[in-house]
Amino acid sequence: MAFNWYKYASPAAFYPLAGRLVPWFSWAAAILAVLGLAVGLGIAPTDFQQGDAYRIIYIHVPAAWMSMFIYLVMAFWGALALGFNTRLSAMLAQSLAPTGALMTFIALWTGALWGRPTWGTYWAWDARMTSELILLFLYLGVIALRNAVEDPRRADRACSVLSLVGAVNVPIIYFSVQWWNTLHQGASVSLTAAPRMATIMLSGMLIMALAAWCYTIAVSLHRVRSIILERERGGAWVGALPEVCSG
Amino acid sequence: MRRPRDAPAASRGPWGAARPMLAGEGAAAPVAVDEEGGAIWPAIRWALCRDLRIALRSRAELGVQLLFYVIVVTLFPLATTPERQLLMTMGPGVLWVAALLASLLSLPRLFAGDFADGTLEQIVLSPHPLPALVGGKILAHWLTTGLPVVLLAPALGLQYALPADALLVLALALLIGTPTLSLLGAIGAALTLGLRAGGSLLALLVLPLYIPVLIFGAGSVDIWRAGLAISGNLSLLGAGLLLAVVGAPFAAAAAVRIAMD
Repeated sequence: MAFNWYKYASPAAFYPLAGRLVPWFSWAAAILAVLGLAVGLGIAPTDFQQGDAYRIIYIHVPAAWMSMFIYLVMAFWGALALGFNTRLSAMLAQSLAPTGALMTFIALWTGALWGRPTWGTYWAWDARMTSELILLFLYLGVIALRNAVEDPRRADRACSVLSLVGAVNVPIIYFSVQWWNTLHQGASVSLTAAPRMATIMLSGMLIMALAAWCYTIAVSLHRVRSIILERERGGAWVGALPEVCSG
Repeated sequence: MRRPRDAPAASRGPWGAARPMLAGEGAAAPVAVDEEGGAIWPAIRWALCRDLRIALRSRAELGVQLLFYVIVVTLFPLATTPERQLLMTMGPGVLWVAALLASLLSLPRLFAGDFADGTLEQIVLSPHPLPALVGGKILAHWLTTGLPVVLLAPALGLQYALPADALLVLALALLIGTPTLSLLGAIGAALTLGLRAGGSLLALLVLPLYIPVLIFGAGSVDIWRAGLAISGNLSLLGAGLLLAVVGAPFAAAAAVRIAMD
């Protein structure tokens, strides 16, 4: 193998790599977001059914995608942390949780703002909204458990177990809520009113999704650098860092 | 291949005296680990018998937890309306939510006492498979806190004007669903062992995981009253129970190990 990935499992080696990657992903996120918003808010035509209210999907849908995906990534790093006892995996999982919760919150909030003009209500017990709300609880549970455990190594492993159990439960919760929803109120409110989305709308949304990806990577890498500094503050290599010396 | 050790798990150690010494505990514990897979059934039986015995000696505590269930169920008509039709509609849901809360309230019992007096450390150190020991504890927990709720639910359902057949369905759904609550809850109870924010944190961790059980459990009564077949809901509850039986003891055992480190 020409490139040794294992080298970057060490926080000391990953810290400078993350530092080099953060600007790239930050700029990519900014450029893609400007591009996506220009396409979404400027170029894409007004929807003939929902008017301009539909344009919130350029925020809402990428946030909703990320909210679910980040949970899986977090559980994946948690599984690695449990299986291989690697510190960096747990730190990455820790750094992803707040961004995941933020994305979930944005998805819920923008969904409510979209629902008011479209459905006539901020909140409906729709299957997707309900399971998104439960997902927010799962994120907050992981974050709360992290804060409640004082020993960081125990917190790493406890959060890993919790996020794995949650990852098994996420599909079950989703289907149970969907079942419950169809049982109780039929398809009174559902997002079926998107027949064959126009290509320009779809591309705007995909660009925004890419922007959300880059933002998530940039922010979590930035956060993991702080976590590394905090956790490894006793290490000699941290003391030798220029940003630590001068500060 | 496990190396057989002759140390009985929980009955030894300097902390044993902190709890009421249990007759027969020492005699039941030393199960010879003679096979490669370890002694799974004896381990389950030992943990089950021990926890049942402890629970039976603190019956007042169990009674208080059941009273909590009764009182929560009683509050809802007072907060809303005594109208029979509405009570019938919300009755199953209220009984299920109260069952969830009662389960949540009783979860700290599962490990906290053993954690405080050091027994849990001895259990972790024992040569017997920890998931089996934890599984036995969970079974005892369900028998002492879940089963009474199941048996009490039909009587409380009468307060909500539920007909006899609906009460039977309710009890059946609770019978299949409440063990899942104990199993999932054990993971949360083990994760929050010894933490300062234990109680409220436990609710945040466990209640979202309870939601599928709540939906299928409370839904089965609604479906029955709508004249549809409930086998689908009960099967899903059963599937959830099987999944939890297979997975939860291992996850809870891992969480106990993490807490003991």
